[in-house]
Amino acid sequence: MGYPHPSHPQETVVLSKHFGDAAARTYEGWVQRGGYQALKKVLGMTPDAVIEEVKTSGLRGRGGAGFPTGLKWSFMPKNDGKPHFLVCNADESEPGTFKDREIMRWTPHGLIEGCAIAAYAIAAERCYIYIRGEFTEPWRVMTRAVEEAYASGVLGANAMGSGKRIDIVLHRGAGAYICGEETAMLNSLEGKRGNPRIKPPFPAQAGAFGLPTTVNNVETLAAVPHIINRGGEWYKGLCLSNPKSTGTKLISVCGHIQRPGNYEITMGFPMKELIFDMAGGMRPGRKLKAVIPGGSSVPIMTAQEAEDCLMDYEGIVARGSMLGSAGFIVMDDSTDMVYQIYRLARFYAHESCAQCTQCREGTAWTVKIMERMLAGKGKKEDLKLLLDLSDQMTGKTICVLSDSCAAPVVSGIQKFPEEFEAYVSGNRKPVMAAV
Amino acid sequence: MSELVSSYEPVFVGDVRAKLEGMFANYPTRQALLLPALWMVQEARGWISEQAIAEVADVLGMTPAQVKGVVTFYTMYHTHPVGRHFIQVCTTSPCNLCGAEDVVKTILRETGCEELGRTSPDGRFTVIEVECLGACGFATPVLINDDFLENVTPERVPGILQRYQ
Repeated sequence: MGYPHPSHPQETVVLSKHFGDAAARTYEGWVQRGGYQALKKVLGMTPDAVIEEVKTSGLRGRGGAGFPTGLKWSFMPKNDGKPHFLVCNADESEPGTFKDREIMRWTPHGLIEGCAIAAYAIAAERCYIYIRGEFTEPWRVMTRAVEEAYASGVLGANAMGSGKRIDIVLHRGAGAYICGEETAMLNSLEGKRGNPRIKPPFPAQAGAFGLPTTVNNVETLAAVPHIINRGGEWYKGLCLSNPKSTGTKLISVCGHIQRPGNYEITMGFPMKELIFDMAGGMRPGRKLKAVIPGGSSVPIMTAQEAEDCLMDYEGIVARGSMLGSAGFIVMDDSTDMVYQIYRLARFYAHESCAQCTQCREGTAWTVKIMERMLAGKGKKEDLKLLLDLSDQMTGKTICVLSDSCAAPVVSGIQKFPEEFEAYVSGNRKPVMAAV
Repeated sequence: MSELVSSYEPVFVGDVRAKLEGMFANYPTRQALLLPALWMVQEARGWISEQAIAEVADVLGMTPAQVKGVVTFYTMYHTHPVGRHFIQVCTTSPCNLCGAEDVVKTILRETGCEELGRTSPDGRFTVIEVECLGACGFATPVLINDDFLENVTPERVPGILQRYQ
Protein backbone atom coordinates (compact mmCIF):
# COMPACT_ATOMS: atom_id res chain seq x y z
CA MET A 1 0.00 0.00 0.00
CA GLY A 2 2.81 2.41 0.85
CA TYR A 3 0.43 5.03 2.18
CA PRO A 4 -0.45 5.90 4.86
CA HIS A 5 1.28 2.76 6.21
CA PRO A 6 4.19 0.80 4.76
CA SER A 7 3.07 -2.12 2.61
CA HIS A 8 2.31 -5.33 4.48
CA PRO A 9 4.53 -8.27 3.48
CA GLN A 10 1.48 -10.28 2.46
CA GLU A 11 0.25 -7.66 0.03
CA THR A 12 0.82 -8.17 -3.70
CA VAL A 13 1.97 -4.72 -4.61
CA VAL A 14 1.17 -3.86 -8.24
CA LEU A 15 -1.16 -0.85 -8.45
CA SER A 16 -0.15 0.50 -5.07
CA LYS A 17 3.60 0.20 -5.57
CA HIS A 18 4.07 3.97 -5.80
CA PHE A 19 1.37 5.13 -3.36
CA GLY A 20 2.99 7.74 -1.13
CA ASP A 21 5.86 8.35 -3.60
CA ALA A 22 5.35 11.96 -4.67
CA ALA A 23 8.04 11.77 -7.37
CA ALA A 24 5.97 9.11 -9.21
CA ARG A 25 3.30 11.74 -9.86
CA THR A 26 5.34 13.59 -12.48
CA TYR A 27 5.75 12.51 -16.09
CA GLU A 28 9.51 12.23 -15.66
CA GLY A 29 9.20 10.29 -12.43
CA TRP A 30 6.67 7.95 -13.99
CA VAL A 31 8.85 7.26 -17.01
CA GLN A 32 11.81 6.56 -14.69
CA ARG A 33 9.63 3.95 -12.99
CA GLY A 34 8.91 2.21 -16.28
CA GLY A 35 5.84 4.25 -17.21
CA TYR A 36 4.45 4.50 -20.75
CA GLN A 37 6.33 1.37 -21.93
CA ALA A 38 3.02 -0.47 -22.15
CA LEU A 39 1.39 2.25 -24.26
CA LYS A 40 4.37 2.26 -26.60
CA LYS A 41 4.09 -1.51 -26.98
CA VAL A 42 0.33 -1.32 -27.57
CA LEU A 43 0.67 1.27 -30.33
CA GLY A 44 2.63 -1.35 -32.28
CA MET A 45 -0.07 -4.01 -31.78
CA THR A 46 -3.48 -4.38 -33.42
CA PRO A 47 -6.45 -3.32 -31.27
CA ASP A 48 -7.74 -6.90 -31.40
CA ALA A 49 -4.45 -8.23 -30.04
CA VAL A 50 -4.72 -5.79 -27.12
CA ILE A 51 -8.26 -6.95 -26.38
CA GLU A 52 -7.13 -10.60 -26.53
CA GLU A 53 -4.33 -9.95 -24.03
CA VAL A 54 -6.79 -8.36 -21.61
CA LYS A 55 -9.22 -11.26 -22.12
CA THR A 56 -6.41 -13.71 -21.32
CA SER A 57 -5.66 -11.85 -18.09
CA GLY A 58 -9.16 -12.50 -16.74
CA LEU A 59 -9.39 -8.86 -15.57
CA ARG A 60 -12.91 -8.01 -14.41
CA GLY A 61 -14.43 -4.60 -13.76
CA ARG A 62 -13.27 -3.19 -10.42
CA GLY A 63 -16.09 -0.69 -10.00
CA GLY A 64 -18.46 -3.25 -8.55
CA ALA A 65 -20.11 -5.30 -11.28
CA GLY A 66 -17.10 -7.50 -12.06
CA PHE A 67 -17.85 -7.80 -15.79
CA PRO A 68 -14.91 -9.19 -17.85
CA THR A 69 -13.06 -6.15 -19.21
CA GLY A 70 -11.74 -7.67 -22.46
CA LEU A 71 -15.20 -8.94 -23.33
CA LYS A 72 -16.70 -5.50 -22.67
CA TRP A 73 -14.15 -3.93 -25.01
CA SER A 74 -14.94 -6.53 -27.69
CA PHE A 75 -18.60 -5.39 -27.73
CA MET A 76 -17.58 -2.11 -29.35
CA PRO A 77 -18.52 -2.04 -33.03
CA LYS A 78 -15.66 -2.29 -35.51
CA ASN A 79 -15.14 -0.05 -38.56
CA ASP A 80 -18.57 1.53 -38.14
CA GLY A 81 -17.27 4.94 -39.14
CA LYS A 82 -18.68 6.55 -36.01
CA PRO A 83 -16.69 8.30 -33.28
CA HIS A 84 -16.22 6.07 -30.20
CA PHE A 85 -15.71 7.19 -26.62
CA LEU A 86 -14.04 5.79 -23.55
CA VAL A 87 -15.39 7.08 -20.25
CA CYS A 88 -13.32 6.46 -17.15
CA ASN A 89 -15.55 6.27 -14.09
CA ALA A 90 -13.77 8.23 -11.37
CA ASP A 91 -16.97 9.12 -9.52
CA GLU A 92 -15.97 6.95 -6.58
CA SER A 93 -18.78 7.49 -4.05
CA GLU A 94 -19.70 4.08 -2.70
CA PRO A 95 -19.53 4.33 1.10
CA GLY A 96 -16.46 2.45 2.33
CA THR A 97 -14.55 2.78 -0.93
CA PHE A 98 -11.53 5.07 -1.39
CA LYS A 99 -9.17 3.22 -3.73
CA ASP A 100 -9.63 5.20 -6.96
CA ARG A 101 -8.85 8.35 -5.03
CA GLU A 102 -5.42 6.94 -4.10
CA ILE A 103 -4.74 5.77 -7.67
CA MET A 104 -5.43 9.27 -8.98
CA ARG A 105 -3.54 11.02 -6.19
CA TRP A 106 -0.37 8.95 -6.47
CA THR A 107 -0.21 7.38 -9.91
CA PRO A 108 -2.05 9.73 -12.27
CA HIS A 109 0.12 8.75 -15.23
CA GLY A 110 -0.65 5.08 -14.61
CA LEU A 111 -4.32 5.89 -15.08
CA ILE A 112 -3.64 8.05 -18.14
CA GLU A 113 -1.62 5.19 -19.66
CA GLY A 114 -4.43 2.72 -18.96
CA CYS A 115 -6.98 5.10 -20.51
CA ALA A 116 -4.82 5.61 -23.60
CA ILE A 117 -4.40 1.83 -24.07
CA ALA A 118 -8.12 1.18 -23.67
CA ALA A 119 -8.98 4.05 -26.03
CA TYR A 120 -6.67 2.54 -28.65
CA ALA A 121 -8.20 -0.93 -28.17
CA ILE A 122 -11.77 0.27 -28.70
CA ALA A 123 -10.86 2.79 -31.43
CA ALA A 124 -11.86 5.81 -29.36
CA GLU A 125 -10.12 9.06 -30.10
CA ARG A 126 -11.35 10.63 -26.93
CA CYS A 127 -11.54 9.55 -23.31
CA TYR A 128 -13.47 11.45 -20.68
CA ILE A 129 -12.38 10.94 -17.09
CA TYR A 130 -15.42 11.81 -14.97
CA ILE A 131 -14.12 12.77 -11.51
CA ARG A 132 -16.52 13.39 -8.64
CA GLY A 133 -16.75 17.05 -7.68
CA GLU A 134 -15.59 16.55 -4.11
CA PHE A 135 -12.25 15.04 -5.21
CA THR A 136 -10.41 18.34 -5.33
CA GLU A 137 -6.93 16.94 -4.79
CA PRO A 138 -7.21 14.09 -7.35
CA TRP A 139 -8.60 16.69 -9.76
CA ARG A 140 -5.53 18.91 -9.35
CA VAL A 141 -3.12 15.98 -9.65
CA MET A 142 -4.87 14.59 -12.73
CA THR A 143 -5.06 18.04 -14.36
CA ARG A 144 -1.33 18.50 -14.02
CA ALA A 145 -0.61 14.97 -15.27
CA VAL A 146 -2.83 15.34 -18.35
CA GLU A 147 -1.09 18.64 -19.18
CA GLU A 148 2.27 16.89 -18.86
CA ALA A 149 1.09 14.00 -21.03
CA TYR A 150 0.12 16.42 -23.80
CA ALA A 151 3.34 18.43 -23.43
CA SER A 152 5.44 15.28 -23.75
CA GLY A 153 3.56 13.96 -26.78
CA VAL A 154 1.95 10.98 -25.05
CA LEU A 155 -1.48 12.40 -25.83
CA GLY A 156 -2.74 14.48 -28.74
CA ALA A 157 -2.92 14.16 -32.52
CA ASN A 158 0.18 11.97 -32.76
CA ALA A 159 0.22 9.93 -29.55
CA MET A 160 3.80 8.79 -28.89
CA GLY A 161 4.62 9.31 -32.56
CA SER A 162 2.12 6.65 -33.67
CA GLY A 163 0.07 8.88 -35.94
CA LYS A 164 -2.96 7.99 -33.78
CA ARG A 165 -4.99 10.64 -32.00
CA ILE A 166 -5.71 10.01 -28.32
CA ASP A 167 -7.29 12.79 -26.27
CA ILE A 168 -8.15 12.80 -22.59
CA VAL A 169 -10.63 15.33 -21.19
CA LEU A 170 -11.25 15.66 -17.46
CA HIS A 171 -14.89 16.26 -16.55
CA ARG A 172 -15.88 17.34 -13.04
CA GLY A 173 -19.02 16.01 -11.38
CA ALA A 174 -20.99 18.12 -8.93
CA GLY A 175 -22.16 15.91 -6.10
CA ALA A 176 -24.41 12.98 -7.01
CA TYR A 177 -23.68 9.37 -5.99
CA ILE A 178 -25.92 8.09 -8.78
CA CYS A 179 -23.53 9.42 -11.43
CA GLY A 180 -21.30 6.45 -10.58
CA GLU A 181 -23.93 4.32 -12.35
CA GLU A 182 -22.59 4.23 -15.89
CA THR A 183 -25.63 5.43 -17.81
CA ALA A 184 -26.33 8.17 -15.24
CA MET A 185 -22.72 9.22 -15.76
CA LEU A 186 -23.29 9.44 -19.51
CA ASN A 187 -26.32 11.67 -18.98
CA SER A 188 -24.34 13.84 -16.58
CA LEU A 189 -21.52 14.10 -19.10
CA GLU A 190 -24.05 15.28 -21.67
CA GLY A 191 -25.09 18.12 -19.34
CA LYS A 192 -28.24 16.49 -18.02
CA ARG A 193 -29.51 15.31 -14.65
CA GLY A 194 -27.82 12.08 -13.60
CA ASN A 195 -30.75 9.77 -14.26
CA PRO A 196 -29.80 6.19 -15.19
CA ARG A 197 -31.00 5.02 -18.61
CA ILE A 198 -32.98 1.91 -19.42
CA LYS A 199 -30.77 -0.78 -20.98
CA PRO A 200 -30.67 -1.89 -23.76
CA PRO A 201 -29.30 -0.12 -25.64
CA PHE A 202 -26.03 -0.73 -23.83
CA PRO A 203 -23.32 1.95 -23.98
CA ALA A 204 -21.35 -0.06 -26.57
CA GLN A 205 -24.23 0.54 -29.00
CA ALA A 206 -25.48 3.94 -27.86
CA GLY A 207 -23.51 5.52 -25.03
CA ALA A 208 -22.20 9.06 -24.62
CA PHE A 209 -23.93 11.41 -27.09
CA GLY A 210 -25.65 8.35 -28.60
CA LEU A 211 -22.34 6.96 -29.85
CA PRO A 212 -20.52 3.68 -29.05
CA THR A 213 -18.96 4.03 -25.60
CA THR A 214 -17.14 1.90 -23.08
CA VAL A 215 -17.23 2.86 -19.42
CA ASN A 216 -14.48 1.46 -17.18
CA ASN A 217 -13.56 2.05 -13.55
CA VAL A 218 -10.29 3.76 -12.55
CA GLU A 219 -8.79 0.66 -10.94
CA THR A 220 -9.67 -1.50 -13.96
CA LEU A 221 -7.90 0.88 -16.34
CA ALA A 222 -4.93 1.32 -14.01
CA ALA A 223 -4.37 -2.47 -14.09
CA VAL A 224 -4.15 -2.57 -17.90
CA PRO A 225 -0.55 -1.26 -18.36
CA HIS A 226 0.69 -3.96 -15.96
CA ILE A 227 -1.14 -6.64 -17.96
CA ILE A 228 0.44 -5.38 -21.20
CA ASN A 229 3.93 -5.16 -19.68
CA ARG A 230 3.95 -8.51 -17.91
CA GLY A 231 1.42 -10.43 -19.99
CA GLY A 232 -2.14 -11.64 -19.57
CA GLU A 233 -0.85 -15.06 -18.40
CA TRP A 234 1.09 -13.44 -15.55
CA TYR A 235 -2.00 -11.56 -14.37
CA LYS A 236 -4.15 -14.68 -14.66
CA GLY A 237 -1.64 -16.47 -12.42
CA LEU A 238 -2.32 -14.02 -9.60
CA CYS A 239 -5.05 -16.17 -8.12
CA LEU A 240 -5.33 -17.96 -4.78
CA SER A 241 -8.73 -19.54 -5.20
CA ASN A 242 -11.28 -19.41 -8.02
CA PRO A 243 -9.74 -19.08 -11.54
CA LYS A 244 -12.59 -16.73 -12.50
CA SER A 245 -11.16 -14.12 -10.11
CA THR A 246 -7.67 -13.10 -11.16
CA GLY A 247 -5.18 -10.35 -10.47
CA THR A 248 -4.81 -8.04 -7.53
CA LYS A 249 -7.54 -6.02 -5.83
CA LEU A 250 -7.30 -2.92 -3.73
CA ILE A 251 -9.38 -3.36 -0.61
CA SER A 252 -10.34 -0.13 1.16
CA VAL A 253 -10.54 -1.03 4.84
CA CYS A 254 -12.33 1.42 7.14
CA GLY A 255 -14.59 1.71 10.17
CA HIS A 256 -13.59 0.07 13.47
CA ILE A 257 -10.12 -1.05 12.46
CA GLN A 258 -6.66 -0.33 13.84
CA ARG A 259 -4.94 0.44 10.54
CA PRO A 260 -7.44 1.77 8.00
CA GLY A 261 -6.17 2.08 4.44
CA ASN A 262 -5.95 0.37 1.07
CA TYR A 263 -4.51 -3.14 0.99
CA GLU A 264 -3.64 -4.78 -2.31
CA ILE A 265 -4.34 -8.49 -2.19
CA THR A 266 -4.15 -11.31 -4.68
CA MET A 267 -7.69 -12.47 -5.48
CA GLY A 268 -8.71 -15.24 -3.11
CA PHE A 269 -6.87 -13.90 -0.05
CA PRO A 270 -8.46 -14.90 3.29
CA MET A 271 -10.71 -12.22 4.76
CA LYS A 272 -9.68 -13.11 8.28
CA GLU A 273 -6.03 -12.38 7.56
CA LEU A 274 -6.96 -9.11 5.88
CA ILE A 275 -8.85 -7.93 8.95
CA PHE A 276 -6.70 -9.23 11.76
CA ASP A 277 -3.24 -9.33 10.24
CA MET A 278 -2.88 -6.71 7.50
CA ALA A 279 -5.25 -4.10 8.88
CA GLY A 280 -4.29 -4.67 12.51
CA GLY A 281 -7.58 -6.04 13.83
CA MET A 282 -9.95 -4.47 16.34
CA ARG A 283 -9.26 -1.80 18.91
CA PRO A 284 -8.07 -3.24 22.25
CA GLY A 285 -10.84 -5.04 24.08
CA ARG A 286 -13.18 -5.07 21.10
CA LYS A 287 -14.50 -8.01 19.08
CA LEU A 288 -15.53 -8.15 15.43
CA LYS A 289 -19.28 -7.96 14.98
CA ALA A 290 -19.93 -7.47 11.27
CA VAL A 291 -18.38 -6.43 7.98
CA ILE A 292 -19.79 -4.95 4.80
CA PRO A 293 -17.26 -6.24 2.28
CA GLY A 294 -18.15 -4.56 -1.02
CA GLY A 295 -19.14 -0.99 -0.32
CA SER A 296 -22.39 -0.23 1.46
CA SER A 297 -24.61 -1.67 -1.31
CA VAL A 298 -23.96 -5.33 -0.50
CA PRO A 299 -25.41 -7.57 2.23
CA ILE A 300 -23.86 -7.32 5.70
CA MET A 301 -21.79 -10.33 6.86
CA THR A 302 -21.53 -11.53 10.44
CA ALA A 303 -18.15 -12.09 12.09
CA GLN A 304 -18.72 -15.82 11.69
CA GLU A 305 -19.38 -15.51 7.96
CA ALA A 306 -16.19 -13.45 7.60
CA GLU A 307 -14.20 -16.10 9.48
CA ASP A 308 -13.56 -18.49 6.58
CA CYS A 309 -14.37 -16.25 3.61
CA LEU A 310 -12.00 -15.89 0.67
CA MET A 311 -11.79 -12.43 -0.87
CA ASP A 312 -12.78 -12.79 -4.49
CA TYR A 313 -15.95 -12.45 -6.56
CA GLU A 314 -17.10 -16.05 -5.98
CA GLY A 315 -15.76 -16.47 -2.45
CA ILE A 316 -17.82 -13.62 -1.02
CA VAL A 317 -20.94 -14.65 -2.96
CA ALA A 318 -20.56 -18.11 -1.38
CA ARG A 319 -20.82 -16.39 2.02
CA GLY A 320 -23.94 -14.45 1.05
CA SER A 321 -22.52 -11.08 0.04
CA MET A 322 -20.53 -9.53 -2.83
CA LEU A 323 -17.05 -8.16 -3.50
CA GLY A 324 -18.60 -5.07 -5.14
CA SER A 325 -16.17 -2.17 -5.09
CA ALA A 326 -14.27 -3.77 -2.17
CA GLY A 327 -15.05 -0.96 0.22
CA PHE A 328 -14.60 -2.95 3.41
CA ILE A 329 -16.50 -1.51 6.38
CA VAL A 330 -15.59 -3.10 9.72
CA MET A 331 -17.92 -2.93 12.72
CA ASP A 332 -16.94 -4.05 16.21
CA ASP A 333 -19.13 -5.09 19.12
CA SER A 334 -19.77 -1.47 20.13
CA THR A 335 -21.86 -0.95 16.97
CA ASP A 336 -25.58 -0.26 17.08
CA MET A 337 -26.54 -2.15 13.90
CA VAL A 338 -29.98 -0.58 13.67
CA TYR A 339 -28.55 2.91 13.79
CA GLN A 340 -25.82 2.15 11.24
CA ILE A 341 -28.30 0.56 8.84
CA TYR A 342 -30.53 3.60 9.30
CA ARG A 343 -27.54 5.80 8.47
CA LEU A 344 -27.00 3.84 5.25
CA ALA A 345 -30.71 4.06 4.36
CA ARG A 346 -30.43 7.81 4.80
CA PHE A 347 -27.56 7.83 2.34
CA TYR A 348 -29.64 6.04 -0.31
CA ALA A 349 -32.70 8.22 0.32
CA HIS A 350 -30.51 11.30 -0.16
CA GLU A 351 -28.91 9.91 -3.31
CA SER A 352 -31.98 8.49 -5.06
CA CYS A 353 -32.35 10.24 -8.41
CA ALA A 354 -36.13 10.02 -7.87
CA GLN A 355 -36.82 8.62 -11.32
CA CYS A 356 -38.40 5.32 -10.19
CA THR A 357 -41.22 5.31 -7.63
CA GLN A 358 -40.00 2.20 -5.79
CA CYS A 359 -36.70 3.94 -5.12
CA ARG A 360 -37.87 7.51 -4.53
CA GLU A 361 -40.63 6.47 -2.11
CA GLY A 362 -39.06 3.23 -0.87
CA THR A 363 -35.79 4.74 0.34
CA ALA A 364 -37.65 7.60 2.05
CA TRP A 365 -40.12 5.22 3.74
CA THR A 366 -37.28 3.00 4.92
CA VAL A 367 -35.74 6.04 6.60
CA LYS A 368 -39.04 7.08 8.20
CA ILE A 369 -39.76 3.61 9.58
CA MET A 370 -36.25 3.29 10.97
CA GLU A 371 -36.41 6.77 12.48
CA ARG A 372 -39.51 5.88 14.42
CA MET A 373 -37.87 2.64 15.60
CA LEU A 374 -34.82 4.52 16.82
CA ALA A 375 -37.09 7.06 18.53
CA GLY A 376 -38.79 4.30 20.50
CA LYS A 377 -42.02 4.62 18.49
CA GLY A 378 -41.55 1.47 16.42
CA LYS A 379 -44.07 -1.31 16.24
CA LYS A 380 -43.57 -5.07 16.17
CA GLU A 381 -44.97 -5.13 12.60
CA ASP A 382 -42.28 -2.71 11.45
CA LEU A 383 -39.76 -5.48 10.85
CA LYS A 384 -42.09 -7.23 8.43
CA LEU A 385 -43.01 -3.88 6.91
CA LEU A 386 -39.34 -3.13 6.25
CA LEU A 387 -38.86 -6.55 4.66
CA ASP A 388 -41.96 -6.19 2.46
CA LEU A 389 -40.87 -2.72 1.44
CA SER A 390 -37.35 -3.94 0.65
CA ASP A 391 -38.85 -6.69 -1.49
CA GLN A 392 -40.74 -4.08 -3.50
CA MET A 393 -37.47 -2.18 -3.93
CA THR A 394 -35.48 -5.12 -5.29
CA GLY A 395 -35.21 -5.92 -9.00
CA LYS A 396 -37.93 -3.49 -10.04
CA THR A 397 -36.16 -0.29 -10.99
CA ILE A 398 -34.01 1.12 -13.80
CA CYS A 399 -30.80 0.88 -11.76
CA VAL A 400 -29.85 -0.90 -8.54
CA LEU A 401 -29.80 2.04 -6.11
CA SER A 402 -33.00 0.93 -4.44
CA ASP A 403 -31.75 -2.70 -4.31
CA SER A 404 -28.64 -1.31 -2.63
CA CYS A 405 -30.74 0.33 0.07
CA ALA A 406 -32.63 -2.91 0.62
CA ALA A 407 -29.47 -5.06 0.92
CA PRO A 408 -28.24 -3.81 4.30
CA VAL A 409 -31.80 -3.56 5.65
CA VAL A 410 -32.76 -7.13 4.76
CA SER A 411 -29.43 -8.68 5.77
CA GLY A 412 -29.41 -6.60 8.95
CA ILE A 413 -32.86 -7.81 10.03
CA GLN A 414 -31.98 -11.40 9.14
CA LYS A 415 -28.62 -11.46 10.88
CA PHE A 416 -29.19 -9.14 13.84
CA PRO A 417 -32.94 -9.57 14.55
CA GLU A 418 -32.49 -9.17 18.31
CA GLU A 419 -31.20 -5.62 17.86
CA PHE A 420 -34.24 -4.59 15.84
CA GLU A 421 -36.59 -6.35 18.24
CA ALA A 422 -34.98 -4.58 21.20
CA TYR A 423 -35.95 -1.22 19.71
CA VAL A 424 -39.53 -2.12 18.81
CA SER A 425 -40.20 -3.91 22.10
CA GLY A 426 -39.00 -0.97 24.14
CA ASN A 427 -36.09 -2.92 25.63
CA ARG A 428 -33.61 -0.51 24.22
CA LYS A 429 -33.34 3.18 25.02
CA PRO A 430 -34.29 5.37 22.04
CA VAL A 431 -31.29 7.10 20.47
CA MET A 432 -33.23 9.64 18.46
CA ALA A 433 -35.83 12.24 19.30
CA ALA A 434 -39.34 11.47 18.05
CA VAL A 435 -40.07 13.24 14.75
CA MET B 1 -36.82 44.96 -16.83
CA SER B 2 -36.60 44.97 -13.07
CA GLU B 3 -33.74 46.68 -11.30
CA LEU B 4 -32.45 43.31 -10.16
CA VAL B 5 -32.15 42.00 -13.70
CA SER B 6 -30.64 45.14 -15.17
CA SER B 7 -27.96 45.20 -12.47
CA TYR B 8 -26.83 41.68 -13.34
CA GLU B 9 -23.27 41.49 -14.60
CA PRO B 10 -22.80 38.57 -16.99
CA VAL B 11 -20.20 35.96 -16.08
CA PHE B 12 -19.37 34.80 -19.60
CA VAL B 13 -17.51 37.80 -20.95
CA GLY B 14 -13.82 38.34 -21.67
CA ASP B 15 -11.48 35.64 -20.43
CA VAL B 16 -14.21 33.50 -18.87
CA ARG B 17 -16.10 33.48 -22.17
CA ALA B 18 -12.91 32.64 -24.04
CA LYS B 19 -12.17 29.80 -21.63
CA LEU B 20 -15.63 28.32 -22.15
CA GLU B 21 -15.45 28.73 -25.93
CA GLY B 22 -12.09 26.93 -25.88
CA MET B 23 -13.73 23.91 -24.24
CA PHE B 24 -16.42 23.42 -26.90
CA ALA B 25 -13.98 21.49 -29.11
CA ASN B 26 -13.79 18.77 -26.44
CA TYR B 27 -17.48 17.85 -26.69
CA PRO B 28 -19.89 17.02 -29.52
CA THR B 29 -22.68 19.22 -28.06
CA ARG B 30 -22.88 22.62 -26.39
CA GLN B 31 -25.06 21.25 -23.61
CA ALA B 32 -22.20 18.99 -22.46
CA LEU B 33 -20.55 22.16 -21.19
CA LEU B 34 -23.34 22.70 -18.68
CA LEU B 35 -21.60 21.27 -15.60
CA PRO B 36 -18.30 23.02 -16.43
CA ALA B 37 -20.16 26.31 -17.10
CA LEU B 38 -22.00 26.08 -13.78
CA TRP B 39 -18.68 25.50 -12.00
CA MET B 40 -17.34 28.64 -13.67
CA VAL B 41 -20.36 30.64 -12.47
CA GLN B 42 -19.94 29.36 -8.94
CA GLU B 43 -16.25 30.12 -8.98
CA ALA B 44 -16.91 33.68 -10.12
CA ARG B 45 -19.95 34.47 -7.96
CA GLY B 46 -19.92 31.99 -5.09
CA TRP B 47 -23.41 30.76 -5.97
CA ILE B 48 -25.76 30.31 -8.91
CA SER B 49 -28.57 32.86 -9.11
CA GLU B 50 -31.69 32.80 -11.30
CA GLN B 51 -30.06 35.41 -13.54
CA ALA B 52 -26.95 33.28 -13.86
CA ILE B 53 -29.14 30.30 -14.78
CA ALA B 54 -30.74 32.40 -17.52
CA GLU B 55 -27.32 33.49 -18.76
CA VAL B 56 -25.97 29.91 -18.87
CA ALA B 57 -29.12 28.78 -20.70
CA ASP B 58 -28.60 31.51 -23.28
CA VAL B 59 -24.91 30.71 -23.77
CA LEU B 60 -25.52 26.97 -24.19
CA GLY B 61 -28.73 27.14 -26.20
CA MET B 62 -30.92 25.64 -23.47
CA THR B 63 -33.97 26.86 -21.57
CA PRO B 64 -33.62 28.25 -18.02
CA ALA B 65 -35.91 25.44 -16.81
CA GLN B 66 -33.56 22.81 -18.23
CA VAL B 67 -30.58 24.45 -16.58
CA LYS B 68 -32.34 24.84 -13.25
CA GLY B 69 -33.35 21.17 -13.33
CA VAL B 70 -29.68 20.30 -13.54
CA VAL B 71 -28.44 22.88 -11.01
CA THR B 72 -30.81 21.58 -8.34
CA PHE B 73 -30.05 17.92 -9.08
CA TYR B 74 -26.40 18.22 -8.00
CA THR B 75 -25.65 18.94 -4.36
CA MET B 76 -22.49 20.97 -4.89
CA TYR B 77 -24.11 23.88 -6.71
CA HIS B 78 -25.32 26.59 -4.35
CA THR B 79 -28.66 28.14 -5.24
CA HIS B 80 -28.32 30.77 -2.56
CA PRO B 81 -25.35 32.70 -1.13
CA VAL B 82 -23.21 30.84 1.41
CA GLY B 83 -20.53 31.87 3.90
CA ARG B 84 -17.01 32.83 2.80
CA HIS B 85 -15.89 29.35 3.74
CA PHE B 86 -18.10 26.42 2.88
CA ILE B 87 -17.57 23.39 5.12
CA GLN B 88 -18.73 19.89 4.18
CA VAL B 89 -18.39 17.16 6.80
CA CYS B 90 -18.78 13.49 5.88
CA THR B 91 -21.14 11.65 8.22
CA THR B 92 -21.94 8.50 6.25
CA SER B 93 -21.61 5.14 8.04
CA PRO B 94 -17.83 4.51 7.98
CA CYS B 95 -17.15 8.03 9.27
CA ASN B 96 -20.10 7.82 11.62
CA LEU B 97 -18.50 4.71 13.17
CA CYS B 98 -15.33 6.73 13.70
CA GLY B 99 -16.99 9.68 15.45
CA ALA B 100 -18.03 12.06 12.66
CA GLU B 101 -21.07 13.26 14.60
CA ASP B 102 -18.78 14.76 17.26
CA VAL B 103 -16.77 16.50 14.56
CA VAL B 104 -19.97 18.04 13.16
CA LYS B 105 -21.11 19.20 16.60
CA THR B 106 -17.74 20.78 17.31
CA ILE B 107 -17.63 22.55 13.95
CA LEU B 108 -21.18 23.88 14.37
CA ARG B 109 -20.28 25.23 17.82
CA GLU B 110 -16.87 26.67 16.93
CA THR B 111 -18.08 28.39 13.74
CA GLY B 112 -21.12 29.86 15.45
CA CYS B 113 -23.34 28.33 12.74
CA GLU B 114 -25.14 26.24 15.40
CA GLU B 115 -27.33 24.58 12.78
CA LEU B 116 -26.59 22.65 9.59
CA GLY B 117 -27.10 24.70 6.44
CA ARG B 118 -27.06 28.02 8.27
CA THR B 119 -24.43 30.68 7.72
CA SER B 120 -22.64 32.05 10.78
CA PRO B 121 -23.75 35.57 11.84
CA ASP B 122 -20.38 37.00 10.72
CA GLY B 123 -20.85 35.53 7.25
CA ARG B 124 -17.66 33.54 7.61
CA PHE B 125 -18.89 29.93 7.52
CA THR B 126 -21.65 27.69 6.25
CA VAL B 127 -21.59 24.06 7.43
CA ILE B 128 -23.35 21.09 5.89
CA GLU B 129 -23.25 17.33 6.31
CA VAL B 130 -22.29 15.53 3.13
CA GLU B 131 -22.92 11.96 2.08
CA CYS B 132 -19.67 9.99 1.68
CA LEU B 133 -16.66 12.04 0.64
CA GLY B 134 -14.88 8.90 -0.56
CA ALA B 135 -12.07 8.99 1.98
CA CYS B 136 -13.47 6.56 4.54
CA GLY B 137 -10.02 5.35 5.64
CA PHE B 138 -9.19 8.90 6.67
CA ALA B 139 -12.18 9.51 8.91
CA THR B 140 -13.39 12.15 9.36
CA PRO B 141 -12.75 13.92 6.05
CA VAL B 142 -13.85 17.55 5.84
CA LEU B 143 -13.92 19.64 2.69
CA ILE B 144 -13.43 23.37 3.32
CA ASN B 145 -13.85 25.23 0.03
CA ASP B 146 -11.47 23.21 -2.18
CA ASP B 147 -9.23 22.01 0.67
CA PHE B 148 -9.74 18.34 1.43
CA LEU B 149 -8.76 17.67 5.04
CA GLU B 150 -8.27 14.13 6.39
CA ASN B 151 -8.45 12.60 9.87
CA VAL B 152 -10.25 15.57 11.41
CA THR B 153 -11.05 15.11 15.11
CA PRO B 154 -12.96 17.46 17.43
CA GLU B 155 -9.61 18.47 18.99
CA ARG B 156 -8.22 19.63 15.65
CA VAL B 157 -11.24 21.74 14.73
CA PRO B 158 -10.30 25.11 16.38
CA GLY B 159 -6.82 25.08 14.84
CA ILE B 160 -8.20 24.27 11.41
CA LEU B 161 -10.86 27.00 11.53
CA GLN B 162 -8.24 29.63 12.37
CA ARG B 163 -6.79 29.18 8.91
CA TYR B 164 -10.09 30.32 7.37
CA GLN B 165 -10.74 33.96 8.26
